[in-house]
Amino acid sequence: MKRLWHLLGLGTLLAAMLLTLSACGQSVAKQDVLARDEQSKQITWGGKSDTRLFGLENIRTGKLEGFEIDLAKAMTKKILGPNGKCVFVPVTSGTRVPLLKNGNIDAIMATMTITPEREKQVDFTHSYFDAGQSLLVKKGSPIKNIHDLNRPGKVVLGVSGSNSVKNVAKHAPKARVLQLSDYAQAMTALKSKQGDALTTDNGILYGMAAENPGYEVVGGNFTKEPYGIAVNKNQERFRNKLNWALREVERDGTYNRLLLKWFGNVKGFNYQEMKR
Amino acid sequence: MAHLIATQWQPLLMGLWNTILCSIIALIGSMIIGTLFALLEISQTRILRVIGKVYVEVFRNIPLLVITMAFFLIIPMYIAKINGFTAGTIGLTLYTSAFIAETVRAGINSVEGGQLEGALSNGMTYHQAMRYIILPQAFRVVIPPLGNQFINLVKNSSVLAFVAGFDLMYQGNLIANDTLQTIPTYFIVGIMYLIITLPLSYYMRHLEKKLA
Repeated sequence: MKRLWHLLGLGTLLAAMLLTLSACGQSVAKQDVLARDEQSKQITWGGKSDTRLFGLENIRTGKLEGFEIDLAKAMTKKILGPNGKCVFVPVTSGTRVPLLKNGNIDAIMATMTITPEREKQVDFTHSYFDAGQSLLVKKGSPIKNIHDLNRPGKVVLGVSGSNSVKNVAKHAPKARVLQLSDYAQAMTALKSKQGDALTTDNGILYGMAAENPGYEVVGGNFTKEPYGIAVNKNQERFRNKLNWALREVERDGTYNRLLLKWFGNVKGFNYQEMKR
Repeated sequence: MAHLIATQWQPLLMGLWNTILCSIIALIGSMIIGTLFALLEISQTRILRVIGKVYVEVFRNIPLLVITMAFFLIIPMYIAKINGFTAGTIGLTLYTSAFIAETVRAGINSVEGGQLEGALSNGMTYHQAMRYIILPQAFRVVIPPLGNQFINLVKNSSVLAFVAGFDLMYQGNLIANDTLQTIPTYFIVGIMYLIITLPLSYYMRHLEKKLA
């Protein structure tokens, strides 16, 4: 009998924890993010901190730097005026949606591909960057494209929570996929030969190839990955405002300037094609 | 949550199995290695004592994640190709063995000195005295702290998630990322860890009562 009471108590405690947690999520979702941000003159963005060219933490200054970071800053100025402040919270592919859902961040701009599954959970703006998935291998590797990986025994490295690992299952179903927690770790795993190739979006891969001269991007793009800014469900006003701000930075040339700044010198990356 | 279990039971079960497998291997391995190094630590030869001490201090004072990462990344570069599961299990075994060595050593020290003297004066060799007189008494004393180590070991096996070891935590991460149902997923994963640790904890209590 005593044991039964113990178990019951444990069960109630767990259930209470779960309820509290889910209740937190709901109260945040009901707030009007745009109204709150306009009042506080501040937008909190979820950005990458481990991805060269898009969002990378500068170890000396501690600040995030990259195309997405600059774009977010430009869009914040459009929405909140010249005094608008921009706060960045570093996210990974795995943490970004939970952080958005529980209200720690207002919007995600973190190399996030617009997919139908994700659209069930969050709302996306128009695409702000059209990437495509590709492969990074050691120079001289026998792997030349995604089809070379479609064999038993081949191991592909990716980052958990990213869309690219799911695409491997579609394009090379026979390969084994190892999912690591971030790009730095995946790159180290590639170097220590834990996998035959590293896969993610081309822009990110070019950034890694620039940092690691012994490695190259091969095989071209085998998917289309349009990146969108994600906001919580029921934040139509905020999303429309972001779409408007995106069009504005494209119209006044800021977008192309940032594209040139970050991708102008990247070998193998045709930034002219990406101009808007 | 029922829907989550209905659609994801396969990876979850696979994760549970890998976690159990890793825990069993690491438990047996760390018991053997830990006891061995405990004996080295109390050895009468100075050099053996130093070896034991260095081993324990190295593996006890480096974070488990660092040890595991080293096996996952450095060993394949220079020595042999090992996968995440192997790297994680080796790391977990060595890390836990350092704690078990300290626990067992404390147990041996708690056995009165007269016991060893008595055994020796009855004509037993040092090894016989250890094997038949000291260790059986020491293990009885250390069952409660050993139980703690075993439970920690099961939970620490979640380090496999960081080296793609396909354990319960790894599968949980993938499912959470896939379905974006983060809280329910980790809730289920937590319950599944309890499925392993609660019986273990009850068994250790039982053992404690039986031998006390």
